[in-house]
Amino acid sequence: MTVLETFGLGKRYRSGWALSDCTLAIPAGHIVALVGPNGAGKTTLLNCAVGLLRPSSGSVRVLGGLPAGSPGALERVAYVAQDAPLVGQLPTQEMITVARCLNPGFDVQNALRRLQSLEIPLRTRVAKLSGGQQAQLALTLALARHPELLILDEPIARLDPVARHDFMTQVVTAVAEDGLSVIFSSHVVSELERVADYLLLLSRGRVALAGPIDEVLAEHACLSGPADDVRSIANGFDVLDLAAGRRHARVLVRGGFASGQAPAGWESDDVGLEELILAYLRRSPLPSGAGDFTGGASSWQAS
Amino acid sequence: MGYLRKGDQLPRVKEVVAALSINPNTVLKAYRSLEEKRLIAARPGLGTYVQAEPETIDIQVLNSLRQRLRAGWLREAREAGLDDDGILALIMVELQDIRGSRADLPGSAEGVA
Repeated sequence: MTVLETFGLGKRYRSGWALSDCTLAIPAGHIVALVGPNGAGKTTLLNCAVGLLRPSSGSVRVLGGLPAGSPGALERVAYVAQDAPLVGQLPTQEMITVARCLNPGFDVQNALRRLQSLEIPLRTRVAKLSGGQQAQLALTLALARHPELLILDEPIARLDPVARHDFMTQVVTAVAEDGLSVIFSSHVVSELERVADYLLLLSRGRVALAGPIDEVLAEHACLSGPADDVRSIANGFDVLDLAAGRRHARVLVRGGFASGQAPAGWESDDVGLEELILAYLRRSPLPSGAGDFTGGASSWQAS
Repeated sequence: MGYLRKGDQLPRVKEVVAALSINPNTVLKAYRSLEEKRLIAARPGLGTYVQAEPETIDIQVLNSLRQRLRAGWLREAREAGLDDDGILALIMVELQDIRGSRADLPGSAEGVA
């Protein structure tokens, strides 16, 4: 079964196409990392997937062919939008009541159990909870619906490292318990490697890379060899990133091969996920000054 | 997650996932690989148990190997001026060579020179 399937999906705003000709099919049972520069169309894609946005062209289906946003899909898909949509004035307890009234099949006991284990106070007003606790509350409300597909838009962007870790622990534990599929968008590249096993990389409204992470990594290689020979590599391979010193060059290429098959004089190494994602992110120029990449990006630049 | 002996029960996948905050598929893959090596076995409804311990090398053989490494090759390497990192790098390169038995080695050596 596919959890998300799009065909020629496009979305046009007044400012232009946010998504165009997006075709993808994500199988069930994965934790999917959706990455891409700001303005690449991540939120637009997620909003289309849950039916909050109507596509300008093409189609979106979820969970084995249900039209996005249809009653059958809404029952089985849970969505946590950016900035954890909660009512700040309400005590946590009341927030659960609201969620119960709005969602048929909402599992109150499940939500209470989760909040108890997270030590989130029930009588405190939501606005008084920490950022990490608010994110956990939003996740708890989504999981208490027992969704088959959980979609999270930038769930950990604003959280500190400990809260990020705790949040992702809740996500992976829920996956292990209930076998749901997850799609989450994130700029926090360092957090992806541990948690995600499927990569969906958008660039300028299109799919740049999609697949199980181990397969995606195997399709790429990092070649190092003499700098004056770099042209022969550029002619023979799809070059994603190139760092050439006076003598020595390091080239990231698409087209996997084992270490024995590198061109004469060149060594082939495996590519790490962070390195690969950054190479793709760099390749797609950011629109108008966008770019708040956290963590990974700066450490890359420092090295 | 700790050490286990033959007959011990492995932690459930869910417990490993929660403790390490990692993707459940990663844990399943690791368990499957141990199962293929026949080190662990799943008992339906009961859990997964350690079935065998990895084959260990005889302690005397191990000691002898270590003695010879220290008295012979390692001492020569030190005298030649190699530091710890150099020694490790040399061993890694040699192991990689043996594994890959690269055909282009003479050519690449020329290329670099």
